[in-house]
Amino acid sequence: MSVRQISVFLENARGRLAQVTQTLAREKINIRALSLADTSDFGVLRIIVNNPDRCLTVLKAGGFVAQVTEVIAVEVEDAPGGLARILEVLDQDNVNVEYMYAYVEKSRDNAIVICRIDDRERALQVLEKNGITTLGADALKAL
Amino acid sequence: MIWSPDYETLDAPALARVQGERLGRLVDVLYRRVPFYRKKMEKAAVGPQDIQGIGDIQRLPFTTKDEMRDVYPYGLLAVDLRDIVEIHTSSGTTGKPVVDAYTAADIDIWSEAMARTLSSGGTTRHDIVQNAYGYGLFTGGLGVHYGARRIGATVIPISGGNTKRQLAVLRDFKSTILTCTPSYSLFLAEAAQEDGLDLGGLGLKAGFFGAEPWSESMRTEIEGKLKLLSIDIYGLTEIIGPGVAMECECHEGMHVNEDHFFPEVIDPATGAVLPDGQKGELVITTLTKDGTPVLRYRTRDITYLDHRPCACGRTTVRMHRVLGRTDDMLIIRGVNVFPSQIEEVILGVEGVEPHYQLVVDRREQLDELEVQVEMNDAVFSDEIRNLEQVERKIEAELYAALNIHTRVRLVEPRTIARSEGKARRIIDKRTLEEAHG
Repeated sequence: MSVRQISVFLENARGRLAQVTQTLAREKINIRALSLADTSDFGVLRIIVNNPDRCLTVLKAGGFVAQVTEVIAVEVEDAPGGLARILEVLDQDNVNVEYMYAYVEKSRDNAIVICRIDDRERALQVLEKNGITTLGADALKAL
Repeated sequence: MIWSPDYETLDAPALARVQGERLGRLVDVLYRRVPFYRKKMEKAAVGPQDIQGIGDIQRLPFTTKDEMRDVYPYGLLAVDLRDIVEIHTSSGTTGKPVVDAYTAADIDIWSEAMARTLSSGGTTRHDIVQNAYGYGLFTGGLGVHYGARRIGATVIPISGGNTKRQLAVLRDFKSTILTCTPSYSLFLAEAAQEDGLDLGGLGLKAGFFGAEPWSESMRTEIEGKLKLLSIDIYGLTEIIGPGVAMECECHEGMHVNEDHFFPEVIDPATGAVLPDGQKGELVITTLTKDGTPVLRYRTRDITYLDHRPCACGRTTVRMHRVLGRTDDMLIIRGVNVFPSQIEEVILGVEGVEPHYQLVVDRREQLDELEVQVEMNDAVFSDEIRNLEQVERKIEAELYAALNIHTRVRLVEPRTIARSEGKARRIIDKRTLEEAHG
């Protein structure tokens, strides 16, 4: 199962991130997970929100360049070696993770990690084969 | 469509005869009536008796913008002020403006030149011309106005700016011809898109775009978004305004209305006249103007000429679209670069739009050129790696094409000032610092 992530282009200029978060706050959009990758010139903000369609619309209306990317939300045992195991499984099947970041909440006792993987279908197969749970949008929302 | 076949399709010897006669008369008038020109001719040891044909134009002195400013406001008048019916001036952003004073006969010539211009893109008396060039001292608005009136088309003198109203008029009045700067046409297309209006579906036939340099790739963009025939037009206040030259439907250079405005291309350093195909500074002489005629005006625009016949049937010489300005020319670590060349390269990169800005700076005695390119949906990726690849790709292509190292930086959309008139493309911090010092 995959989840829709919103990515936003940001110049490295003072106050730009605040403008994004203010725009979302005004529209009552809640950020559930966040990652910011940057170079010296620009950054890309990646967020998981409660309402991705609405989020994309308001950001575009606000003049931001934004897009939707399908990512995977993986349950990770909240113990030493939990993440290592998942990466090992993916690595064994030559599935390359582009980037990953942690989700705010937990699912039962497990942590949740958001993974961006180019070959998403194969990654899902590999994870399933190894008994690793992935969560869909509804499951995330229910937490 | 050719408005004046009698002149626009003259064979070369007949055209040269007309030009020679007109030049002889012009030099005679200037020598007798305008001290400014008489002094210049005396200094160059040339007079009316030396002008036997158009070829003798090379014996005459050049006129520069600075010289014209020195005699502001009326020093260039060749008639009594009571015979002047209208005055325009250049913007004067870089100093005193240059004055162009028109007699009734000059307005007639201007109308004729602009009727030829608008006809070259198919404008007829059945058309509705939405004229979004500024009306006022700027020559763009009234130049188009007079040409459209001469043809008998309907003119909507909406002038520049007020984008909402431009779109409403386009939609409601069903304008078929749009006249404005090329960057404003894209600005309109963007604004229309935001309003959910399909600019390409409104019935626009042709657009006449001038007053700033643009490129073939920008044409593709404009024609794609506005779905019309785009015509590049050329003119300058110092000569008459728009109407000096215009493209035909072949899009292979701009036909110069050379029975009125005689073009030469010179080496800007030596003043030597260059043959067809060689790039240099455009020089224009007004052969027929009465009010403020101009002898061998150095336009500072870089182009080259082409006398070969054109498929459209016109025999008039063509000038290549303006490649740059002698004074806009950037010298980056000793390499001459025109912004138009950089634009060509940027627009050749897939997905990138023509919104860019050049920032020149000097660090540790070395010139650095930063090229800021606006991000858009087509180029954006959630992966930094892909974005950096776009930057590196543009840098590599700029190096391949121009042999200069640049630093390309992706910026957020609309961060580059997009005025409703001319887009500001170059920020040269080198000169700014000198000016402040």
